[in-house]
Amino acid sequence: MSSAPITLTVNGTRHTFDGDPTMPLLWYLRDELALTGAKYGCGITSCGSCTVHVDGQPVRACTRRMGSLDGVSVTTIEGLHPTGEHPLQLAWREIDVPQCGFCQPGQIMQAAGLLRNNPKPTDQDIDTAMNNIICRCGTYPRIRAAIKAAAEKRS
Amino acid sequence: MSARDFLPWLAADPSAMADSVLHEATHMVPEHDDTVNAGRRDLVKMLGMGGLLVAAGPLGVRRLEAADRLFGIRGAAESWEPHAYVRIAEDGIVTILCHRSEMGQGIRTTMPMIIADEMEADWSKCRVMQADGDEKKYGSQNTDGSTSIRDFLFKYREAGATVRALLEDAAAKEWAVSADTVKARNGVVVHEFTGRTKAFGALVATARGIAMPAKERVRVKQPAERRWQGRKMTSIDLVPVTTGRATYGADVALPGMMTAVIARPPVWGGKVVSVDDSAALKVAGVERVVRIPETPIPGAYLPLGGVAVVAKNTWAAIKGRDALTITWDHGPNASYDSTAYKATLMESVRKPGQAGRTNGDADAALASASRKLSAEYYVPHLSHAQMEPVAAVARVEGGKVEAWAPTQSPQDARNTLAQYLKVDAANVTVHVTLLGGAFGRKSKPDFICEAAYLAREVGAPVRVQWTREDDLRNSYLHSVAAHHLEAGMDGSGKVTAWLHRSAYPSISATFAPNVPGPGPDELTNGASDIPFDIANMSVEACPAVAHTRIGWYRSVNAIHHGFAIGSFVDELAHAAGKDSVAFLVSLMGKDRQVDLSKAGLVAPASNYGASWTDHPLDSGRARRVLQLAAEKSGWGTSLPRGRGRGVAVHRSFLSYITMVVEVEVLPDGTVLVPRATVAVDAGFVANPDRAKAQMEGALVMAMSNTLYSEISFQQGTVVQSNYRDYQVTRMRAAPRVVDVHLVESEGLPGGIGEPGVPPAGAAIANAIYAATGVRVRELPVGRQLAGWQSKATE
Repeated sequence: MSSAPITLTVNGTRHTFDGDPTMPLLWYLRDELALTGAKYGCGITSCGSCTVHVDGQPVRACTRRMGSLDGVSVTTIEGLHPTGEHPLQLAWREIDVPQCGFCQPGQIMQAAGLLRNNPKPTDQDIDTAMNNIICRCGTYPRIRAAIKAAAEKRS
Repeated sequence: MSARDFLPWLAADPSAMADSVLHEATHMVPEHDDTVNAGRRDLVKMLGMGGLLVAAGPLGVRRLEAADRLFGIRGAAESWEPHAYVRIAEDGIVTILCHRSEMGQGIRTTMPMIIADEMEADWSKCRVMQADGDEKKYGSQNTDGSTSIRDFLFKYREAGATVRALLEDAAAKEWAVSADTVKARNGVVVHEFTGRTKAFGALVATARGIAMPAKERVRVKQPAERRWQGRKMTSIDLVPVTTGRATYGADVALPGMMTAVIARPPVWGGKVVSVDDSAALKVAGVERVVRIPETPIPGAYLPLGGVAVVAKNTWAAIKGRDALTITWDHGPNASYDSTAYKATLMESVRKPGQAGRTNGDADAALASASRKLSAEYYVPHLSHAQMEPVAAVARVEGGKVEAWAPTQSPQDARNTLAQYLKVDAANVTVHVTLLGGAFGRKSKPDFICEAAYLAREVGAPVRVQWTREDDLRNSYLHSVAAHHLEAGMDGSGKVTAWLHRSAYPSISATFAPNVPGPGPDELTNGASDIPFDIANMSVEACPAVAHTRIGWYRSVNAIHHGFAIGSFVDELAHAAGKDSVAFLVSLMGKDRQVDLSKAGLVAPASNYGASWTDHPLDSGRARRVLQLAAEKSGWGTSLPRGRGRGVAVHRSFLSYITMVVEVEVLPDGTVLVPRATVAVDAGFVANPDRAKAQMEGALVMAMSNTLYSEISFQQGTVVQSNYRDYQVTRMRAAPRVVDVHLVESEGLPGGIGEPGVPPAGAAIANAIYAATGVRVRELPVGRQLAGWQSKATE
């Protein structure tokens, strides 16, 4: 199991990890870096509460093994914007999207990935991109509205 | 309690520091990252500058409270507590203690806005602190039954108005003028004649020395005087939530804390026969393997027991548990099987049950009816599947128990911890984090007991983390239910007889042995309190024995009651050849207010904990929300094949709600919801935007319940394991438009969190019928609609 230490960047800070390479990124972020914005919801990439960016693309941190992350750059919700004012974060507040809020970091990180690749998403683009992020409170209609509002403001 | 005075004390006392640092790693809180407003923002900034690393959200606030306790700041000169819910500091910061748990309903915003409004506080100077469990001080904290506003609106108003009167009295005293010449206005008290003002903070010194205002001095605002009640208010936790800094149960970390993952009996009532933990103990990071004794069934709020793997981090604990080899004795429920049980329930509802409501003679009226209809409905077990699997942190030191948990009921948590660990409740402190969804699951403190038990066993703080698999397989499930309905109509299509029998394992079976089935009282949750005017009614509860832990899940029995009743009346309308809305209006008869305890309900004739005098069954309110939703939804206009509207009206938790849901059914049977119209009469609504959000959420959750979700058992064990096979609503199917209309009212408030669910399920099923001709009588819809275009209409 032992392997060379893994070096990765998290929210702009370099870290070295020499623990269990099978440990998912999610538990590294939460337990070792105390970055608890990415949430545990399912552990099998079914719910998306753990969504973070790896090299700019949204991924599920719950199954990304640390052993596969040498040299990558990770961005979590805490690092999405230096003052928490990413257009999506602002739109989320404007529309008062969250209810319990637990899934919302994952929703925002997934939506940020969508807007990066596709600044003007259609309804269908939004549905496709966001379908893997579950919200049990049922904030989906407001999430759609917030993504559209953020996209419009950006353009 | 100004930040300046606070900081040195914290820095001076290392034990206070330890208590305060919940996250040891880099976790600086930026300036904007505040629960509310400027005062705390400064404080957080200063804490950060002092080198303390702080988590925001309720726990950030919590830390203040912990420090408050440690240093007795409450008794210090600058802090004043005129009411259990309110503190005012000399710098003008108003702290409102939220004693109810925040799980998405918005109470951390709604409660403070009511109190601050009545106080005439300056909202920008208000902040919110989450109260620890202390029922004696705050009143019930059991955040359940959609009760926060319906039980506390007037108490919150009175609390705010009392503090306002007190501040006015203080100003009058300082100025030596008559109290009726001064008025509090937006954080200051103004003297009418001279225009002199004095800020709330500047009045603290005087106010603390004067008597509480006489009752007649306490004047709750007239509607026109209100600033925020009844208007949209931005939620207070938006910044921490959208920046990932809000603190939920699993986010709490204490110095030296370990994490535990537990193997629990897969069957209710099962026991460990033997365990081989040698492989688990070899997993790097695993520290201990601890047996937790099984609680004999029914175990109420206590842990199921099992084998805990305690480790340095969550991943090690998960891997360690995977490495356990356990032999189980599955106990008395080892043969529980959902297919067989469904047949048992169906048999049960085909025989007369225990009367819950009796009007006239339903049997005789059925026998003489010119037309008779009957139908049966089935709803499986459901799981809350809240996004945050339960998790809790506990520390046990020197006979004192301290827990941090996403609990809906800190008082039950506290009492259960005391009972379980055999300590005095006075030595138990329960801190409430944000709840990552709850829906009733987090009313049960079993998981908090697990954390405390393990913390005591290992002598260190422990976090218990449930996996999603644990959450689905060892939960307190929503009851599986069967319904049998019969109705008799006369020649004109008027319903003259109503027979409704239902069978489902009772929630009581989780708390008492040998419960044979639901009691009549459970029928008052949306079955025997229906707003229909039918001369001959019999609503009956039929036997059903529980083979798993049953608990309450958002709207509880009203989920299946609402589905069965709302579907059946739609079937009746179609059978009578009438428009569903028109049929429902006629079914309600003349507008009337009925005290059902005197009109057929069997004692104790519950009414969601309220009196029938305050909240009679009001068929006029039901009719009005029905007609309002119909009008706003374009009811009656035509839709192409494959699209249809369904309607259902329901009363639960003292509120009246109609949902008109429009569905589009794709050729493969996929159900989409282009539009839904909701009309709500919940009496006075304090925070309309959050009420609307609850209706949106209720619809989405009812879609899950109706279309996708099912927990089933084989050999006593839950078949489903995760969101892969326990399906819930996702973005693609989510409603495009949810148009919510709140009836403006000064009436006594009803519930908001739950009552949207029951009508939504039936409205969806009725819309599916309208769209496809397929009548869904068993949930979930699942694949029942595959190939619907070639299916013959029943």
